[in-house]
Amino acid sequence: MRLFAEDLDCVRGGRAVFEGIAFSVGAGEALCVTGRNGAGKSSLLRQIAGLVRVAHGTIALDGGDPELSIAEQLHYLGHLDALKASLSVHENLTFWARYLGGSRDGVDAALAVLELDRLADLPAAYLSAGQRRRLSIARLLAAPRPVWLLDEPTSALDALAQARVAELMRAHLASGGMIVAAAHGPIGLEAARELRLGEAV
Amino acid sequence: MMPLAALFLRDIRLAVRIGGGAVMGVLFFLIVVTLVPLAVGPDLALLQRIGPAILWLGALLASLLALDHLFAADYADGSLDVILTARAPLELAVLAKAAAHWLTTGLPLVIAAPVLGLMLNIEPKAMAAVTLTLLAGTPALTLIGAVGAALSVALRRGGLLLPVLVLPLTIPVLIFGVAAANAAIVGPTPFGTPFTILCALSLASLAIGPFAAAAALRHGLE
Repeated sequence: MRLFAEDLDCVRGGRAVFEGIAFSVGAGEALCVTGRNGAGKSSLLRQIAGLVRVAHGTIALDGGDPELSIAEQLHYLGHLDALKASLSVHENLTFWARYLGGSRDGVDAALAVLELDRLADLPAAYLSAGQRRRLSIARLLAAPRPVWLLDEPTSALDALAQARVAELMRAHLASGGMIVAAAHGPIGLEAARELRLGEAV
Repeated sequence: MMPLAALFLRDIRLAVRIGGGAVMGVLFFLIVVTLVPLAVGPDLALLQRIGPAILWLGALLASLLALDHLFAADYADGSLDVILTARAPLELAVLAKAAAHWLTTGLPLVIAAPVLGLMLNIEPKAMAAVTLTLLAGTPALTLIGAVGAALSVALRRGGLLLPVLVLPLTIPVLIFGVAAANAAIVGPTPFGTPFTILCALSLASLAIGPFAAAAALRHGLE
């Protein structure tokens, strides 16, 4: 399985964000997208997820399920946590697991792995920023999908949680998954290749 | 079907919890209908004549109230991005959300209408007709509103734009809803003619609404 892009352009609000980007990520590989603010890291992830139109160029997933689009085979973890304040931790995750095609067992396991099982009945409104982030990441475990698009996955996480998430990412790669992450600092994936986007102010 | 059922149930659960706004529509409906006799005065014959129109106007305005919640909340917290990566088609997701929205905001208006009709001196038989037209017409209001809600999703002050976008489109529903109710009360046209058109408007918005709203959402997320 291989996710690749060729000669990719991105235009937002009439302004060219980046031009001529190309990358290729194989099974078990990670790509770390770096660059200054406004260089288009998030835009690139959103293009792969199908949330921003591709102005020019191609994005394709070789060896995926031909019945499904690329977006249907990936997890998009954006800046926002996609949580509902009035639903409990467990209800939030159960909904996403069911909606994205996961299982009930997966929900409890994911909560345990991210150390949220003791908060399962707490409304998400009372979670801290780091706990919200962990709950959001639990979604990736509750419904298995081969490609993970992570936009600054470790923001708001403490050192222990960062190490735990890095462990989860390595486990995902070891099982043949792919990761494209946008980050400013190290995210704990030493083996990741770097894609540096051009300077922007 | 399971993903859509999950979305439907989640939206119902959110609507009935604190801050969901399911009750607000009915309360607003109650206030609008209460204000009319106070403004018009205790002229029972007049109230009886304009009663169905008042109920329809009240229901129309009340159903607008919760509409900006329909997609804006999911947009603001990032849920909409994730919904777009699901295997269920966005059109069906829109339909599931609209169904949950109607069940929590439209249906309570239909149920409240006969009670509020008492204040407008509407006879029981006429009240049955008005309620029936609301039952047939409010789904159209929700589905037309869903298109407006989807169009204004990415605008920060979309809540103000929404009624301006949606109200003109609901005029046919209002006309045939009130016409059917009046036909049942005073005649001379039979009840069936305008009522059938009202049902047709609901079915047409059921066929067009989800596609238009999904297209607007895809465009709005850019």
